[in-house]
Amino acid sequence: MKTIRIGSGAGYSGDRIEPAVELAEKGEIDYLVFECLAERTIAIAQQAKRGDPAAGYDPFLSARMEACLPVCRREGVKIVTNMGAANPRAAAGKVMEIAGRLGLKGLSIAAVTGDDVLDILRAEDPMILEIGSRLSALGDRLVSANAYLGAGPIAEALRNGADVVVTGRVADPALFLAPIMLEFGWREDQWDLLGQGTVLGHLLECAGQVTGGYFADPGLKDVPGLARLGFPLAEIEEDGTFVITKVPGSGGAVTPATCKEQLLYEIHDPSAYITPDVVADFTGVRCAQTGPNRVQVTGGRGKPRTDTLKVSIGYVDSWIGEGQISYGGPGAVARGRLALEIVTERLRLTGVPCEEIRCELIGINSLHGEKISSGHDPYEVRLRVAARTRRREEALLIGNEVETLYTNGPAGGAGAWKAAREVVAIVSTLIARPLVKPTIHYYEVHA
Amino acid sequence: MKLRKIAHSRTGDKGNTANIAVIAYRPEDYPLLEQHLTAVRVKEFFSEIVRGEVVRYELPGIGALNFVLHEALSGGVTRTLALDIHGKSLSSAILEMEIPDR
Repeated sequence: MKTIRIGSGAGYSGDRIEPAVELAEKGEIDYLVFECLAERTIAIAQQAKRGDPAAGYDPFLSARMEACLPVCRREGVKIVTNMGAANPRAAAGKVMEIAGRLGLKGLSIAAVTGDDVLDILRAEDPMILEIGSRLSALGDRLVSANAYLGAGPIAEALRNGADVVVTGRVADPALFLAPIMLEFGWREDQWDLLGQGTVLGHLLECAGQVTGGYFADPGLKDVPGLARLGFPLAEIEEDGTFVITKVPGSGGAVTPATCKEQLLYEIHDPSAYITPDVVADFTGVRCAQTGPNRVQVTGGRGKPRTDTLKVSIGYVDSWIGEGQISYGGPGAVARGRLALEIVTERLRLTGVPCEEIRCELIGINSLHGEKISSGHDPYEVRLRVAARTRRREEALLIGNEVETLYTNGPAGGAGAWKAAREVVAIVSTLIARPLVKPTIHYYEVHA
Repeated sequence: MKLRKIAHSRTGDKGNTANIAVIAYRPEDYPLLEQHLTAVRVKEFFSEIVRGEVVRYELPGIGALNFVLHEALSGGVTRTLALDIHGKSLSSAILEMEIPDR
């Protein structure tokens, strides 16, 4: 029976690179997927593209491709990635340039576009629930609008011989579902198979999070070798049954527990996980250990896809100013609390217009508030004040009021730090499917 | 006993909504979770943090509960003032909850 092996080479843009090389070298994989595009990243990339038409793709594209292209070519591994971000065509151009330099003659690259629906949405001007107004109310603060594409165009690019497929915004599981649909000839209305394939994509899309990353809790959940965590690969059969595993000898662990945690990661209703390709149902999923670091996953199902696609809208929201300073030794908590009172009063006295402010002591209450955290008195604390302002100049004043605690605050204030950053926020809406028209662009390395 | 004794957990985020999966180490402990770890109790435990509704989904097949915490991330990863922008540490907090011994 035919089996396809798919590896996951990145769980986010800044992820480790050598586990992907390890997968390509030793994983005997057919496809290597890099999922690198977080919700907000594409908006920031769109801003970069505005400043420079050749920019707007993933900042680690070059590093990843230089490390992985030669070995993938040698081992016959095809690459699928959303590292195109706001500019898949420029990303494909960069891959061409790198492949040319590495002498990978004949390499075929495809870029998938069509997820950028900013102009269409401007014309439609939909109501945006999260901001309580129509899109046009954002005015010139609107940065980007990208629809989540499905597996279709990726599968088509692979069918037409692409060795590397670079996309922008695509539903994460679709990066994995596309090669599976192509290899097994699954139709786009075989909902149960697509549901099971989506389970595979969802389990793999965060890379190390299913092989023991984001899992260890010493004494209860021990994981060996996290410094050289192996990234996952899946072996899938035509009926959708698959096994999650990793390269023998790599760090980490694949167990039913790691798989169950990842199955529910970022899931709301597990009976209706909506993607562009299918409404997947995870409630019948079963995980069984079938060998060391091997977990068999079955039982994913699906219902017909929806008539709309989700769109992420990026907009310039505000500025955040922040300052931090530490207090240690006896009385550290009391001095930290006094310092917070001083900063709060200073911001009032100097009239900094904050829309929202957060004052806390790291080590005391910064993560979970007062109620859950009470009853502990640490040796050291770190004060943190963060506030939302309209303008950069105002945001800078927040950190300054923390920094001036050095000479104006409680005894022993140490290691002050300050920053101000612009916030590009994301809201979402839906768009009718026929309005979104994916396009595939093909390139070939001649050099 | 503390929930940590019989279950493990993972947090994810989507916009201003967090989800916490609570999974029994042993299948036979799942009924205990289902009986005592109600949405009402979880909402009360996180009363300082979660402003919206808490919805619970049950997955007996893998011995897990999935809690969806609405308006839990002070605006979500893109605009929150919180240090933990994703709410990732919430999964550790929930393990402090008390449930009756087996």
